[in-house]
Amino acid sequence: MSKELLKIENLKTSFRIKDDYYAAVDDVSLTVNKNELLAIVGESGCGKSALAFSIMGLHSRATIEGNILFKGKNIANLPPNDMNKFRGKDMGMIFQDPLTALNPLMIIGDQIGETLLLHNKNLSVNGRKVKVIELLKKVGIPRPEYTYNQFPHQLSGGMRQRVVIAMAIANNPELLIADEPTTALDVTIQSQILDLIKVLKEDSHAGIILITHDLGVVAEMADRVAVMYAGQIVEIADVYTIFENPLHPYTRSLLNSVPNSDETNSRLHVIQGVVPSLQNLPREGCRFSDRIPWVDSSFHEKNPVLHEVSPGHFVRCTCYKHFYFPHESKEEKQNVIS
Amino acid sequence: MSFLEVTDLKVHFPVKGGLFGRTVGHIKAVDGVSLSIEKGKTYGLVGESGSGKTTTGRAIIGLNNITSGKITFEGRDITNIRKVSKDIRKDVQMIFQDPYSSLNTKKRVIDIVAEPIRNYEKLTKAEETKRVQELMEQVGLSPESIYKYPHEFSGGQRQRIGIARAIALKPKLIIADEPVSALDVSVQAQVLNFMQDIQKELGLTYLFISHDLGVIKHMCDRIGIMYKGRYVEEGSPADIFNNPQHIYTKRLVAAIPDINPRNRAEHIKFRQEVRSEYEKSYDKYFNSEGLAYMLQPVSESHLVALPEKG
Amino acid sequence: MWKFTVRRIFVMIPQVILLSVIIFILAKMMPGDALSGLIDPNIDPATIEAKREALGLNNPWYVQYWDWIKNAVQGDLGQSFQFKMPVSEIIGQRLTNTFWLALLTLIITYLIAIPLGITSGRFNDTWGDRLITGYTYVGFGMPLFIFALVMLWIFGFKLGWFPSGGSVKPGLDPGSFEYIVSKFKHMLLPALSAALIATVGTVQYLRSEIIDIKQKDFIQTARAKGASESRVYNRHILRNSLLPIAAFFGYEITGLIGGSIFIENIFSYPGIGQLFLGSINIRDYTVVTSCVLLFGIAAILGSLLSDIILSIVDPRIRIK
Repeated sequence: MSKELLKIENLKTSFRIKDDYYAAVDDVSLTVNKNELLAIVGESGCGKSALAFSIMGLHSRATIEGNILFKGKNIANLPPNDMNKFRGKDMGMIFQDPLTALNPLMIIGDQIGETLLLHNKNLSVNGRKVKVIELLKKVGIPRPEYTYNQFPHQLSGGMRQRVVIAMAIANNPELLIADEPTTALDVTIQSQILDLIKVLKEDSHAGIILITHDLGVVAEMADRVAVMYAGQIVEIADVYTIFENPLHPYTRSLLNSVPNSDETNSRLHVIQGVVPSLQNLPREGCRFSDRIPWVDSSFHEKNPVLHEVSPGHFVRCTCYKHFYFPHESKEEKQNVIS
Repeated sequence: MSFLEVTDLKVHFPVKGGLFGRTVGHIKAVDGVSLSIEKGKTYGLVGESGSGKTTTGRAIIGLNNITSGKITFEGRDITNIRKVSKDIRKDVQMIFQDPYSSLNTKKRVIDIVAEPIRNYEKLTKAEETKRVQELMEQVGLSPESIYKYPHEFSGGQRQRIGIARAIALKPKLIIADEPVSALDVSVQAQVLNFMQDIQKELGLTYLFISHDLGVIKHMCDRIGIMYKGRYVEEGSPADIFNNPQHIYTKRLVAAIPDINPRNRAEHIKFRQEVRSEYEKSYDKYFNSEGLAYMLQPVSESHLVALPEKG
Repeated sequence: MWKFTVRRIFVMIPQVILLSVIIFILAKMMPGDALSGLIDPNIDPATIEAKREALGLNNPWYVQYWDWIKNAVQGDLGQSFQFKMPVSEIIGQRLTNTFWLALLTLIITYLIAIPLGITSGRFNDTWGDRLITGYTYVGFGMPLFIFALVMLWIFGFKLGWFPSGGSVKPGLDPGSFEYIVSKFKHMLLPALSAALIATVGTVQYLRSEIIDIKQKDFIQTARAKGASESRVYNRHILRNSLLPIAAFFGYEITGLIGGSIFIENIFSYPGIGQLFLGSINIRDYTVVTSCVLLFGIAAILGSLLSDIILSIVDPRIRIK
């Protein structure tokens, strides 16, 4: 049995705007292994959530091309009834905003119980309740019997996110997709939720896709990192490589724009221009080239592909070899590379 | 005398209850906050949701009613800012969190930015247009774009429009309430850099409210940490980040993710230590209601909410 | 919950008092009073004056108001000069008729609204949805009294499927089976006419509610659990969309009052609405004021009902 849990091949997810289709996820290939946490980073509009929703088959009005192999079976474009056998059972999803991800008119117990019920019809009502309380305990809810009968609005944000997680892991899924699970939470709550995800991973050896824009979260959680820009993966490598030897200009720009420097009041790096909207994505050439205009256009590839620069480290386009920040002198930079 | 001085500020919201909706208690959103800001500096107010940091900022500018306390600005009492003269009021402006909802989408940029000017000054149409165009240039947007609507701009640009409006009257103090929380990192960097630029250019003083310690550390000269309406610690960035004394501050600092993946194991261990210390010594640092004590000086610049000795 | 209800009822009291004061003052401002319709104009003015004094019509307005309200609470709404009998008796008969008509209208309204709203919301932007939305636009645009007249003309006169007036066939034994059937037949056409127009608001409301809920995050959560589309609709979307409809119920009653005035007159159905318009025409003010008071109280009770229903079905209000 291979340890490859999920293999995505040339995935293209397109949305219809007016009369044309635009790819929000454009030719993405990646793998997730068992007991591995793959972080997908990028700014809003880079297609990372669209990718997650494609894997779960949650897009209702999008065309999906390419293959999504889950344990060897292609689940791309599977009819909803077949997909429902996977969703909630083999694949669980944690959503960004725990307030809106829960049904406001349903008690917590029923919402978690629903996941169990859908995939195990033989479980008795009582057995289900016992299991739900067990799950609530597992995700660190202090009074599970009491919370069972509560409504979402009676819980704090952190508690709600624990409930969402309990729902996602109810059937011990082998693949867990977490879409910005801590963005809506306070820092101290964020660290607790991240710790919980770590513990769950150690227990279950599930493969996890963690989608985030927060590089600190990536540094703390990920085994491997995929950086997305404009619907494509621009760099993918293990977490140490991404932080210690980032190559793609976008990865490097992102890392430089985070205020975490020890020296206060230093200048942060600003990426010129804006993330292009879906309709205005450049579909040819290096998609990042507009935002690094000082790099000579001849350094970009015509059709940028991922290059394996070292085992497991892929970078799109050749422009990375010639990239430097405007405030650095060009000569200095080139010495480092050569 | 400091530039802005807040003394023992309290903002209590009544809680209605019972059969007739009588006031049965109060939520002490801000409960005895004192702070002072030096001219030209940036003061960071940090806390998690419900800590009272936003209420403090809104109370200073008069958006929340003050229960008690005193606020002076350049030595003049502005506790009732809505009643003081326009000259002083226009010196204090606010930047809001969400650049998507804080701008009126039905108005053109010129009307948004000129609104405070119209309230405080009498300018002819031509003068006004010229002024707005200058402001747009100042915040790095093209002067021709004044006839556009907010939705035609990106998030970072919209926040610049919010800033243009805030600096339109050449204020001296800007209260910035989570100005970059809704923005992507690269856009955030843009806005933060820009805020530092105009600070130097116009000699602005900031009260910078945020939950993001990374941003606060980057921007601020002095930092106050709030918890449940009270201060738990106040000091220079070095005091807060390298030598936190209050258990809550320690926990907050420990919760910031470390950007170096090599430190992961170490950081987790450290965080666990802090968490168990927090649980163990909670009673020592908080009173029976779970509130912080009064601030006590531990060094010249560093104040910590510790129980009174003896 | 009970606290909320009790508080809500307390709020209602000043509303009712205010309503009664306004109605009383308006009634006083109208020319003539209870006496002017009763007496022969040739009687000696001194006798009239004595009579006025005896009836308390010369007292200050607040004393008169107090007398009026005291009697009203005891069920005495005064005399109708048209019918020469107590207003409460006239209203009593009519009220039952109006009540049954309103109930039937409500039932038909929801029988139409719920399936149409669901179809339209679930399959929005399909041909079915366009058809239903088209109907609602026609319903919004069509004045009730014109539509009711058309219905009466087609089904009452041309086709003769329904009786075109009254509330029951004369000569039947009250309580007998035929009597009930006849009552129902008399109500059906007016109720249907009113419901077909009144329902469009609810259809539109339900449609937009479903479309709105469909896009909520928790619907994606339900799908991510592996719930089938029908389960997603029945357990999550529908339940949440019906909530505001339930809350709207009380206001629907208020709308029915206005509708009943047209409907009862057009179909010559002996209810409060018909009585009201008829009394205005012959200036039977005691009846008019009583009707207005009744309508006003019904509207206030309707909104009370709405709030109570909402507080029962929505846990966010129920649990404070």
